[in-house]
Amino acid sequence: MAEDGKEESVASSCDGSDRTEPDGSLNHTVPGDGSSLLRRMEICVAEAERRSGKNAVGMQETFTVYLIETRLLESVDGRNPPPDSLWRRYSEFELLRNYLIVTYPFIVMPPLPEKRAEFVWHKLSADNMDPDFVERRRVGLENFLLRVASHPVLSNDKILYHFLTKEHGWKEMVYETEFQAKADSRLRALNATFRVRSPNKPLMETKHYSDELQSHTSQLLRARTRVADRLYAVYKVHGNYGRVFSEWSAIEKEMGDGLQSAGHHMDAYAASIDDILEEEEHYADQLKEYLFYAEALRAVCRKHELTQFELEMASQDLVSKKQQREELATGIVRTFSFKGMTNKLFGQEAPEQREARLNLLEELIAEGEEAVKDKTAECEEYVERAWADVLRFKDQKDKDLQEALINYAHMQISMCKKGIQIWSNARECFLKM
Amino acid sequence: MSVSAPRGLASSGQKLITEILHPLSAAEEQLSPGPDVSSSSSSSSSVGGGKQEPGLTNGTPVEMSNPAPASQLLNRLQLDDDLDADAQDLTETRDLFVTVDDPKKHVSTMETYITYRVSTKTTRIEFDLPEYSVRRRYQDFDWLRTKLEDSQPTHLIPPLPEKFVMKGVVDRFSEDFVETRMKALDKFLKRVADHPVLSFNPHLNAFLTAKDLNKRQGLALLTKVGESVKQVAGGYKLRPRPVEFCAMGEYLDTFSQKLGTLDRIAQRILKEQSEYLTELREYGAVYSSWAGSEEQLQRPLEGVAGCVTTCCGALEDASENMSQDFLPVLREYVLYIESMKNVLRKRDQTQAEYEGRLEAAILHKQEDRTPIPVEVERCQDKVECFNADLKADWERWQRNKRQDFKQLLTGMADKNINYYEKCQAAWESLITVLQDKQTEDKTSETN
Repeated sequence: MAEDGKEESVASSCDGSDRTEPDGSLNHTVPGDGSSLLRRMEICVAEAERRSGKNAVGMQETFTVYLIETRLLESVDGRNPPPDSLWRRYSEFELLRNYLIVTYPFIVMPPLPEKRAEFVWHKLSADNMDPDFVERRRVGLENFLLRVASHPVLSNDKILYHFLTKEHGWKEMVYETEFQAKADSRLRALNATFRVRSPNKPLMETKHYSDELQSHTSQLLRARTRVADRLYAVYKVHGNYGRVFSEWSAIEKEMGDGLQSAGHHMDAYAASIDDILEEEEHYADQLKEYLFYAEALRAVCRKHELTQFELEMASQDLVSKKQQREELATGIVRTFSFKGMTNKLFGQEAPEQREARLNLLEELIAEGEEAVKDKTAECEEYVERAWADVLRFKDQKDKDLQEALINYAHMQISMCKKGIQIWSNARECFLKM
Repeated sequence: MSVSAPRGLASSGQKLITEILHPLSAAEEQLSPGPDVSSSSSSSSSVGGGKQEPGLTNGTPVEMSNPAPASQLLNRLQLDDDLDADAQDLTETRDLFVTVDDPKKHVSTMETYITYRVSTKTTRIEFDLPEYSVRRRYQDFDWLRTKLEDSQPTHLIPPLPEKFVMKGVVDRFSEDFVETRMKALDKFLKRVADHPVLSFNPHLNAFLTAKDLNKRQGLALLTKVGESVKQVAGGYKLRPRPVEFCAMGEYLDTFSQKLGTLDRIAQRILKEQSEYLTELREYGAVYSSWAGSEEQLQRPLEGVAGCVTTCCGALEDASENMSQDFLPVLREYVLYIESMKNVLRKRDQTQAEYEGRLEAAILHKQEDRTPIPVEVERCQDKVECFNADLKADWERWQRNKRQDFKQLLTGMADKNINYYEKCQAAWESLITVLQDKQTEDKTSETN
C-alpha cells in the first residue's frame, strides 16, 4: 500500500521544461509496480481554443476545446515515437469522470476544475470565456489527467486510454459500457436516507472528516476572497498619492523633483497588487481541488454505507425467511403473521400446500444465503479497496496541502519584498525633497 | 532596520543637523531685546529672499531706514539654501531650549483638565535663571498665542493644535489624544523659541517663567507696531498686492488644497486598512479551526494562522502610527496656512492705509513744499517693516515646511517598510519550520 502512495509522483512535461507535479513531490522510483499509465506515456493539456458549432438541438454555440498531447515514453525500434494529439471539450472530461466514478466507486476520484468560476473576488472575471479562466481550467484539466493516469487502479482503465488516444468514436465506446444506467441508480441510492446498523468505523470517521474538510476549505476560500477584495482597495487608494504628489510638485521649487518621482512609485505600488492577486489564484485553485476532493471522499464512504445497507437488508430478509420456515415446520408461531392468523381463524392448511410452501421457502432461503454470501464478499472487498485508496488519498492530501501552504508563504514573502522595494524607492525620493 | 525619526516630528526645536532656523544668528538679535519698531526689524528683514529691492513694487520709491552695518554683512554671507550653514549657525548660537512633556490630569470640583510641564534652559540675560520648570495647560498656550499675535502682527505665529473637541466624539483624556496634543504644543513652543523675534517677546518670557500665569492682567508692553497695526482702520481701499505677496497667497491656496487632499487620502487608506484587518483576522481564524480537524497538517495550518496574526499586529501598529503622527501634522499645516493668510490680509490693510494716506497727502500738498507728513512716513515704515518681516518669516516657513514634510513622508515610507519587514520575517520563519517538517517526513518514510 505504501508504494501506491508514491505512484503519482512521475513528472510529466510536453514542452521539455521542468514542471513540478500536481502534488509537488519529487520523483520516486517505485519497485515492482509498472502499471501506471504515466510511466509509459507523457500526457499534457497543451492548448485551449474557441470553436463554433451546432449543438445537439441544432443551435449555434461557442465552446472551448482543449488539446491533449500524448507521447509514448518507450522507443519503438530504436526511434522515439511521435507525439499524438486530439481535442476534447470539458463535457467529455465530465463524461470520462462519471464513467470512472461508476466503474470504480471505491476510489476517491480526482476532481475536475470547477465548471463555473466561484469564490471570485470582485475584480476577477467570472466569465467562462475569460482567457484567464480558460487558462486556469486548462491547467486543472491537465492536473486531472495526470492524477488519473498515475493512479494505481485508474491508470489501467481502457476507456481512459482511449480518451487520450482515440478522438472519434470514444463517446460511443463509453456509452456501450452501459455505465449510464448504473450512474442513475447510484445517484438515486446515494441521495436516499437510510440507516446502517453496523457501518465500518474507520470509513464512517472518514465521512465525518470529509464533511470537515469540505467545510473548512470552502470557508477558507470565502475568507480569502474577502481579504483579496480589501487588500486590492488598500493598494489602489495609494495610487491617489501619485496624483496629488504630481500636482503638489508643480507649486514647489526644491521639493518638486522628489515629490514627482515619489508619485511614480506610488503609482507602481498601486499597480503591483494586480500581479500579486493573480498569482494567488493558483493557491485558490489548489484549495478548490481539495474542496471537490472532499466531496469525492464523502461519496466513497456513502457508497460503503449503501453496500452495507444492502447487505443488512439481505441478511434481514434471510433471517425472516428462516423464521418463516421454522414456523411452518414446527407450527409454532413466534411472530405475528397473517398466515398465522388465518390459520388460527380458518384452520390449518392441507399438508400438500404446506409442503409446497416449505419447498419454495427452502429455495428462497438458498437463494438468500447465496445473496448474503455474495453481498458480504462484495462489502468486504469494497471496504478493503476503499480503505486502501482512502489511505493513499490522505497521504497525497497531506503532501499536496503542505506544499500549497509553503508556496503560499513564498507568495506572501514575494509580496513583502515588492512592498519594501517600492517604499524604499519612494523613501529615496522623499529624502531628495 | 534603522529606527525611524523619533515620534515627535522635528520642529525647529530639535537638535538635528538638517535643522534650519532663521538666517540671522541669535547673537545678532540679543542686542535688541524687544521687537522694536524700525531699526532691528528692518535689519532682520533685509535678509532672506535674496531680493535686492525690498521696496514696494507699485513704483513708489521707499527709503530704507538705516540698517545696522553688521547685519548687512551677515546678509551677504547668508545663502538661502545652504541648510548646513544654517544648522551650524544654529548649534553654535542657540541659547533658548524649551520642552513640553509630562502630561498630568488635574481633578477639581469645578473641572478636570490636563497640564503639561514646560521646561526651559537658557543663557539669555532676559531670563533671571538659567533653568525653569512650570506647568501649563492648553488655555495658557492659547493665551500666549493670542498675545503673540496681538503684539507681533507682522510675524507668522505658529499654530496651536485644535482648541475644541466634540465631547462624546473624542475622549479628551485618552492617552492618544493627550500625546498628540502634547507633541503639537511642544512643536509650537519650539518654533516660537527659535524665532529670532518672537522668542524675545515678553509674553513668552512670562509664559516660560511665571509661577502663576496671570492672564487677566495684560502685560503693558504692547509695542508700537502692535498698537499701530491694531489701529488700522478698515476704511481704506485695498490696493493690488505686490507680485511676491500674490505668489505667496496663491501658493498658500493651492498648498492648502493639496494638504486637504492628502488628508482625505490618508484617512481613506486608514479606513480601508481597518476593513482589511477585520477580514484578515477572520481569515487567520479559519486556518486555526481547520488545524483542529487535521493531524499531519495541524502544525502547518497553525503556523499559517500564526503568521496571519503577526501580520495583523504589524498592520495595526502601522495604522496607529499613521493616525497619530501623520494626520496631525497635515492638519497643523492647514491651520498654519490659515493664520498666514490672515497675516497677508493684515499686510494688505497696512499697505492700503499707507497708500490711502499718501494719496490724500499728495492731493493736499499740491502747492506746498512741505515734506510728507509724519504719519504718512510712519505708515510707510509700517508697510516696509511688515513686508520685510513677512518675507523673512516666509522664507523660514518654507524651509521648515520642506524639512517637516521631508521628515513626515520619509517617516511614512519607513513605517511601511517596517510593516513589510515584520511580515516577511514571520513568513520566512514559517517556511523554515515547514521545510524542516518536510525533510522529517521524508526521512521517516524511507526508514
